[in-house]
Amino acid sequence: MHAATPAPRAGTGLLPLLRGILRSEARKLHTVRSTWWMLLAGFTFTVATAALLGALLPAHLSISQKTTIDSVRVSLGGLHLSQITAGLLGVLAITSEYSSGMIRATLAAVPQRRLMLSAKAVILTAAVAATAIAGCLAAYLVFQAFLPAGDPMRTTLGATGVARAVTGAGLYLTVLALLGFGLGTALRSSAAAVAALFGLLFVPTLLAALLPQAWQDRIAGYLPMNAGDAIYITRPEAHMLAPWTGFAVFTGYAAIALAAGFTLITRRDA
Amino acid sequence: MIEAKGLTKRYGPVTAVQDLTFTVPPGQVTGFLGPNGAGKSTTMRLILGLDAPDSGTVTVGGRPYASYRRPLFRAGALLEAKAFHGGRTARSHLLCLADSNGIPRTRVDEVLRLTGLAGAARRRAGGFSLGMSQRLGIAAALLGDPPVLMLDEPVNGLDPEGVVWIRTLLRTLAAQGRTVLLSSHLMSEMALTADRLIVIGQGRLIAQATMAEFLAAGSGAAVTARSPQAAELAALLAARGAAVTRGDRDALTVTGITASAVGELASQHSITLTGLSEQQATLEERYMELTRDSAEYRAAPAPAPAPAGNQ
Repeated sequence: MHAATPAPRAGTGLLPLLRGILRSEARKLHTVRSTWWMLLAGFTFTVATAALLGALLPAHLSISQKTTIDSVRVSLGGLHLSQITAGLLGVLAITSEYSSGMIRATLAAVPQRRLMLSAKAVILTAAVAATAIAGCLAAYLVFQAFLPAGDPMRTTLGATGVARAVTGAGLYLTVLALLGFGLGTALRSSAAAVAALFGLLFVPTLLAALLPQAWQDRIAGYLPMNAGDAIYITRPEAHMLAPWTGFAVFTGYAAIALAAGFTLITRRDA
Repeated sequence: MIEAKGLTKRYGPVTAVQDLTFTVPPGQVTGFLGPNGAGKSTTMRLILGLDAPDSGTVTVGGRPYASYRRPLFRAGALLEAKAFHGGRTARSHLLCLADSNGIPRTRVDEVLRLTGLAGAARRRAGGFSLGMSQRLGIAAALLGDPPVLMLDEPVNGLDPEGVVWIRTLLRTLAAQGRTVLLSSHLMSEMALTADRLIVIGQGRLIAQATMAEFLAAGSGAAVTARSPQAAELAALLAARGAAVTRGDRDALTVTGITASAVGELASQHSITLTGLSEQQATLEERYMELTRDSAEYRAAPAPAPAPAGNQ
């Protein structure tokens, strides 16, 4: 009927298709400068905070404080900053497509919307997990390196819960990015999704403080931020969930946001 | 081939497209005409499966567009000029789209050359002029070398050279047997480029015809007749249902009848004609006439704005 019926280079099976979409989404992420800035900023916040704490803290703590403090958690104090960049990265991975109009080109190229979204999530997970786990490990090592010999805060990766806490902190940032990604997909606006993400992290904690103490104690562990923090705690704390339980709860919040995004993307006009 | 049957799309209380049925055949440039907000962009989004119709169906090459894996090989579209992330280079933008459909990078460089963007390939697209953005959008549409092309207002922002370039490109693509749907509200450009027309107003189909049919139909073709017996001829013509206007002394301007019919009528009644000519109506005149005749179109004080419609 017409002159041109070109054939795709790759085969027509589902696997080559998925590979192509993954490659496309990986390229989208790494060809935008903000991605590198945010990953770099997240890594730097995590490590620099650990270095700062490692350099300053030992001189200011008594021996008894040093023996009771959760030194692994302290060394990961930079997460308070790097969680912002991880969340932003997750949000922008999808909302930048909506704000630029690129989403319509994307969906015209890949009408299988959930497949596209899954590929995006996989690439985002890989990028954040790799840099966040590396960052948390570096933060832990840097903090430890600053401690003088014999300091009670010294510990090893082999000690109980340390390796879990360090890698878990990276996983926390990864799930946080996915939470942002789910909210971004559902809300389609950078501003709305960022507000929702950080609202979800901080507001429940503030509201819970208004409740009677007994209620606070009961729900505290389930609040998004506290549930997320549980994974990188090496010394049991009152009203906190067990590490993996907390992580599961936090992942549950992300799963709800992702489910909303995956549901809405096929129901709405692009 | 694009086939739409009974397409209807509402955005809240606004009906953007209503019961639209049309066919865009291969081998020709089909012009999609209508005022801003008439539903052209909405229709294109419906064709691409970006928006879901409230009722009706539309197929591209016999199947719904969204049912294709790697649809860039089936149809390419330029919807809005700046639909890219400004931070990416032109080449990266195209590579992102190419990757998703398994299109080789050699083709990316090819469409960059074809659209005159080879020199700007490694520049960030955010700094592109509207004309360059249009070229990038056209490059994206051509990536899969598809048999169907849809371009929404592609000449916006193009310089005269670019306008000629796209006209030649579209004519060439159609001559190769491809289906080309081109929307515009620029009548002069449409008259030069399109073989066929689909005219919509207020989301409804007003006309669907070849350019020649479109121009010939209606009262648009005006016939000028000169005769010493002008009054007699005018009466005869009026009796035949033609609209007659008296010009100076022996001239008549007649619409609603062809020149040959005027000549025949004159000869039957032994009326001397000293001149007979026909002026083809311009596309613009025909378009204005048609949209004026469209009751729905006139009844509304202003065309209803479709969300994210043409700009």
